[in-house]
Amino acid sequence: MAKKLPKTDVVIIGVGWAGGIIASELTKQGLSVVGLERGKERVTEDYYMAHDELRYALRYELMQDLSKETITFRGNEKIRALPMRQYGSFLLGEGVGGAGVHWNGQTYRFLPYDFEIRSMTEERYGKDKIPPGMMIQDWGITYDKLEPYFDKFEKMAGISGEVNPLAGKRSNEYPTPPMLHTPSMKMFVEAAKKLNLHPYTVPSANLSESYTNPDGISRAACQYCGYCERFGCEYGAKADPVVTVIPVAKKTGKFEIRTHSYVRRILHSGGKATGVMYTDMTTGEEIEQPADIVVSTGYVFNNTRLMLLSKIGKPYDPATGKGVIGKNYAYQVIKGNAVGFFDDQKFNLYAGAGSLGVCVDDYNGDNFDHSDLKFIHGGNIAHTFTGQRPIQNNPVPEDSPRWGKEFKANSLKYANSVLTIGSQGSSMPFRHHYLDLDPTYKDAFGDPLIRITFDFEEQDRELARYLSDRCGDIMKEMGTDRILKMKELGPYEITTYQSTHNTGGVIMGASPDTSAVNNYMQMWDMENLFVIGASAFPHNSGYNPTGTVGALAYRAAEGIVQYSKKGGLLV
Amino acid sequence: MSEQDQHSQQNENREATKTKESQRMSRRKFLTRSGYAVGGVVLGGLLGYLIPKEETKPATPPAPQQQQKNYNEALMFFTQEQYAITQAAVERIFPADDNGPGAKDLGVAFFIDHQLAGDWGFNARDYMQPPFYVGEKTQGYQGRINRREIFYIGLRELQNYSQKKYKKDFPALSPEEQDAVLTAFQNDEVNLTTISASGFFNLLRSSTLEGVYSDPLYGGNKNMQGWAMRDYPGNQMTYTNIIEKDYTVVPPQSLRDHL
Ligand SMILES: Cc1cc2nc3c(=O)[nH]c(=O)nc-3n(C[C@H](O)[C@H](O)[C@H](O)COP(=O)(O)OP(=O)(O)OC[C@H]3O[C@@H](n4cnc5c(N)ncnc54)[C@H](O)[C@@H]3O)c2cc1C
Ligand code: SF4
Repeated sequence: MAKKLPKTDVVIIGVGWAGGIIASELTKQGLSVVGLERGKERVTEDYYMAHDELRYALRYELMQDLSKETITFRGNEKIRALPMRQYGSFLLGEGVGGAGVHWNGQTYRFLPYDFEIRSMTEERYGKDKIPPGMMIQDWGITYDKLEPYFDKFEKMAGISGEVNPLAGKRSNEYPTPPMLHTPSMKMFVEAAKKLNLHPYTVPSANLSESYTNPDGISRAACQYCGYCERFGCEYGAKADPVVTVIPVAKKTGKFEIRTHSYVRRILHSGGKATGVMYTDMTTGEEIEQPADIVVSTGYVFNNTRLMLLSKIGKPYDPATGKGVIGKNYAYQVIKGNAVGFFDDQKFNLYAGAGSLGVCVDDYNGDNFDHSDLKFIHGGNIAHTFTGQRPIQNNPVPEDSPRWGKEFKANSLKYANSVLTIGSQGSSMPFRHHYLDLDPTYKDAFGDPLIRITFDFEEQDRELARYLSDRCGDIMKEMGTDRILKMKELGPYEITTYQSTHNTGGVIMGASPDTSAVNNYMQMWDMENLFVIGASAFPHNSGYNPTGTVGALAYRAAEGIVQYSKKGGLLV
Repeated sequence: MSEQDQHSQQNENREATKTKESQRMSRRKFLTRSGYAVGGVVLGGLLGYLIPKEETKPATPPAPQQQQKNYNEALMFFTQEQYAITQAAVERIFPADDNGPGAKDLGVAFFIDHQLAGDWGFNARDYMQPPFYVGEKTQGYQGRINRREIFYIGLRELQNYSQKKYKKDFPALSPEEQDAVLTAFQNDEVNLTTISASGFFNLLRSSTLEGVYSDPLYGGNKNMQGWAMRDYPGNQMTYTNIIEKDYTVVPPQSLRDHL
């Protein structure tokens, strides 16, 4: 029998960005919140010896321990899914702050088009534009409705940026000015302007100047230290739940974080959640935490896995297209890029910040005409300057060997002379892409792992090629000596890092037939259970996801407070 | 020297002096100058634990006059034979040339030895649960064998193949012969039963680069010479002063300089 603890108002599963926002907003409103986090406590002081590429970037110091839990993957239903035994394609967060500790901080808002993608695509191009099996659907909310929550997230995090001329309307400018520009960023801006594009500075959660947010939290300016993505920030300059929302929640005296607490089931009876069961990793003890409201914020995979393990909601069945849990798993098409080798020009590539960069959205969303194209949507194209650390960055021209004398000479020659323009292609859901429980492989407790069935489609191959060519156009205009471009997207593989922008599985929408949660992230089938994260995205846009995750979390917080007073479905 | 070169040369000198200055600059000064204190509020617990240390000792310990024995240069995992094979192999992957030292002089074989001795060698944070099946390439490594065992087998097979082909041990081969052996492994022309020859080669290659370029604290990148070859400044507290500038060479610092 599990030990049963006293009841709390709200229990949160996982204390990353989504969990941290919920904790701060709810405790401010007087609710008592318990946050269960499977990893350890984290503080800024941990990162004073953190400029260590081997430990953090290659040995994944801050990420989920795969020996305890991983995912399994197969390209399609005909092959056997096998475990991701080592990291590659994406990196999972663990510990207080979640992946929000070691993210880059590029903080975009999805486009108005994203939220009404099916209606707007059909309206402009007709129904036939959407190929069979592509499961795009409207999100059950519009950009305009979500705008105040984007604004709230940006103010909390202090996002540094300038207005994107091709995005949705903003109620306010960014709270802090854009980041400094490197010479290569200036080259990109000039080149893009010559091509009649609309360049702007990447919106950054690395602060361009010191900033005090509406919660009274003060943070220092980014030092462009070059150790950002995969690292924690020793200055607190990178917005991270640990230096923003979590201290606000703690200060209320209403928030208790329990670390080393692995949530394994959401408990429920009579259609309502009653609490959660978790294992205390330090003692092995199983503990029941009862709560009036349960909030799942364990990232895409564990949000979906917990629903399936706890038998909540109807599992998705790809054969019939019915059911919702596990549906619309999507990712990102990130490989369309252009690498420019400069023979006589060097750049300070060792420096940089996670979200330092310039970009264009001329080929994102429906900002361009798709009538003659074999894909919908598009992607943000950016030249980022994030710090080229030496183990992972040894680009050499295509015809160069990969080791030996010539490799060494070339890799040294180009170490400070290679610029990249990359794209973040959107990812559309398909009927046969989904998440379910693996029939064979188990986690450290003996529970089934989550299984991904996913591959790139014709849509993705066309999109990647197109974006790669557009990256090449800009690179050419920047005056490089030779360009290396992606030629073929190839199959999706789990072995090389692409992005930690997984989406779907517990998606939002306007109806319980096609979605798992409503636009307050409230489960249609269980009104006191809220499931928050990119798991709610019905498709993935051509941007990094966290700005939109943050906005949805702020909206959910409002819904939860409302629910705690009145109960019932909020929509 | 072209004008461009001269320009960056001057920059280089100027930056070199500046960085020495900033090494001496106390963390208190640094934090104040960089706007770390916001509106008079000192942020985080940072200052508390940084400043006392800084004021009691210099950031960089004075270099010893004489070359001292490095007691870290000993073996935790490899036998001396395995060490010799590794050293010969990594030197072919990243050889000494006009640019600077090769993997051998950078201590890469010690680096790999030390890494294999720890949790990485045991794949401690990888998912190693059965069942094991041969998968698609897209599904990644599916073997049951850990990195220690891969090296153990791989090095022995390098030796076997060298003996079979040239009647000599791998370290005794000419550089060209060594390259030929490594190429055969890279291209899976060697048939191994327990591990994949190319898998072993790729592991050897990636750990060579790790040993050349990781912080010297791990035993490779000796005296930061790996970084020096590509003007990599190691880790610095700030680049705000150069981020907008043209190419600037900053003399490297290692984590040791921050203790
Ligand atoms: C290297 C990297 C770079 C990135 N860069 C960007 C970027 O530039 N811009 C951007 O928008 N996004 C970026 N992201 C993505 C971003 O980090 C995520 O979108 C964001 O952190 C998601 O927040 P979350 O709260 O949903 O999940 P997470 O931050 O992953 O937090 C989930 C938390 O839940 C905990 N948890 C999970 N399951 C359980 C359980 N069963 N019991 C207890 N606890 C549990 C986890 O340990 C974790 O702490 C990046 C991600 C990575 C890894
Ligand atoms: S680049 Fe800036 S925000 Fe990122 S870790 Fe360094 S100082 Fe912090």
